[in-house]
Amino acid sequence: MGDEVPGVATRDGAAGPRSLFDKLWAAHVVREETADTPAVLYIDLHLVHEVTSPQGFDMLRERGLSVRRPDRTLATLDHSTPTTPPGPDGERAYYTPQAKAQVQTLERNCDEFGIRLEGWGSDYRGVVHVMGPELGATQPGMTVVCGDSHTSTHGAFGALAFGIGTTEVGYVLATQCLPQRKPKSMRVVVNGRLGPGVAAKDLALHIIRTIGVNGGTGYAIEYAGEAIRALDMEGRMTVCNMTIEAGARAGMVAPDQVTVEYLRGRELAPSGDAFDDAAANWLALATEDGASFDREIHVDAADVAPTLTWGTDPGMSVRLGEAVPEGDTPGRRRALDYMGVTGGQPLDGHAVDVVFVGSCTNGRLSDLRAAADILRGHRVSAGTRMLVVPGSESVKRAAEAEGLDRVFLEAGAEWREPGCSMCLAMNGDLVPAGKTAVSTSNRNFEGRQGTGARTMLASPATAAACAIAGRVVDPRAEAAREVA
Amino acid sequence: MDAFTRLTGPALVLPQKNIDTDQIIPARFLTATSFDGLADGAFADWRFDANGDEKPGCVLNEPRAQTSPILVAGRNFGCGSSREHAPRALLAYGFRVVISSEIADIFRNNSQNVGLLPIVLPEDQHARLLEMDGGDLTIDLENTVVIDADNNKYTFDIDGFARYCLLNGMDRLDFLLAESARIEAYEAQHER
Ligand code: SF4
Repeated sequence: MGDEVPGVATRDGAAGPRSLFDKLWAAHVVREETADTPAVLYIDLHLVHEVTSPQGFDMLRERGLSVRRPDRTLATLDHSTPTTPPGPDGERAYYTPQAKAQVQTLERNCDEFGIRLEGWGSDYRGVVHVMGPELGATQPGMTVVCGDSHTSTHGAFGALAFGIGTTEVGYVLATQCLPQRKPKSMRVVVNGRLGPGVAAKDLALHIIRTIGVNGGTGYAIEYAGEAIRALDMEGRMTVCNMTIEAGARAGMVAPDQVTVEYLRGRELAPSGDAFDDAAANWLALATEDGASFDREIHVDAADVAPTLTWGTDPGMSVRLGEAVPEGDTPGRRRALDYMGVTGGQPLDGHAVDVVFVGSCTNGRLSDLRAAADILRGHRVSAGTRMLVVPGSESVKRAAEAEGLDRVFLEAGAEWREPGCSMCLAMNGDLVPAGKTAVSTSNRNFEGRQGTGARTMLASPATAAACAIAGRVVDPRAEAAREVA
Repeated sequence: MDAFTRLTGPALVLPQKNIDTDQIIPARFLTATSFDGLADGAFADWRFDANGDEKPGCVLNEPRAQTSPILVAGRNFGCGSSREHAPRALLAYGFRVVISSEIADIFRNNSQNVGLLPIVLPEDQHARLLEMDGGDLTIDLENTVVIDADNNKYTFDIDGFARYCLLNGMDRLDFLLAESARIEAYEAQHER
């Protein structure tokens, strides 16, 4: 089919070198924007989960509409699902009857509208942003939306991917399109290489701290530079996932050979000759030399070290060993007070009650390996509870095949069924009020992991090291002890 | 969604920066399959203690909060989760307008889609409103201006299409459905 694959249309009109984002945008414009009306943007892949979709389907029923492209819609169950296995009677321990009703509603809606659902019993069910890429549903050149802000994750493949609200879920179900104004563009260039023991999560937290939790508002971000190129796809997904925590709806990385090899052989990716054709087009999406951005930021990878958040937004972070800021503003005072953290001194040594490894940020196989590498041969501290939740059924299978579940269980951690779990407090996995959790998830907002819960965001390696020590420690010190 | 043209009423000030959507409505209120009954979830953990009793000292529990249609909030309001329940909870609680110096992208979109008017003002004007002590504000969407009790006028920018939809109480589905022919042509041309 020549030089065009889904999402990689060539278009006239854009003179000069174009960025990845420019190409993605232009290839999906059904109707150009004007001063009076937004662009109509075509959506290639619509991911759906149980929490933000029921009222979208209701909109269809109220208006007598069908789903325009069920073949471009893919659903799963993740947010309100329990992470404990079903009982002997097959019953699942839903947190509330409403949670169960919500799951059943999505099952019914998918049935009624002919949508593929990776539900209970599926080999692929998982957190929506873990499942899509694993299946090969997410591909370079696509537009991807989901009623979930961490849809930015899929941008790691060189897709334009962003979160939407439930009304917009209804729009996409009905028309496969969204009214959109083109955001401004920002490039974040990460020069150099991350040091040993420094994770993609540490880089993500460093970038958010650098540009601020609102620094990306109004922008789509492209991540570039040597350190980004050196990341594997899972690391790139972690970075793109956290883009929304800097206020930008979309984060992306240009496709390269790493992207192509990740997708080869995935169930929903093209196969045979079609794959090679597609791959050539994917590689052509990269930003051209001289393309312009509304804003450009340079970050030195050598400045990144294992990082933890000390406060109540993802920009409030410090490197291990670095002093937490003093409470010199009302916001900082409130955050220190909420977290029970003392300003002016490092977090190192702070007691940790709960450790959570999982979520769409860090619930993939490489994340579980990183945690298991630290934990192997150790015990989780007596006073600390550690929960490890694989991001999907596929991740769970792969982890069990290499014995990671044994590592966690022998260390005294819990090994759960896939789901969003403790990332957000709506499925029964909660951090008790006043307790401190080191969590590999993405949000440390007040109450995010339970009313009164105190969340410190970190990488899987840092989380595992903290679990062993029962307090905040540098995973590199932990690794050093291993060798000694 | 209800049309919005103009209103005058008292404003409630929440000066905190970065008020995220988990504060506006905690996740445990998201398990319903309809948008009914969201008023109780609005700022639930700010308003109520673990026993469900009102927390003393929370401005959202004062009688004037329930009669204020306008919320003036600190910078970067509505960051975090994409939950549309957030603007809907604010509407259910009684707000029709949110004013800040910066409003998060997804929250702003969602607000416009459900009939909550998001207004972004420059830092200095926003700072004056944050320090406002009582008195009514008038919000005039037709003329895109906020007028305070001393008759100071603050003009704001809003996307023309969003303004049109809010003024007419029109959702965007009809706009998209009217593009069916173009959508079909796009699908044919791009092998979708
Ligand atoms: S893991 Fe957390 S952030 Fe990711 S989709 Fe689930 S609830 Fe949202």
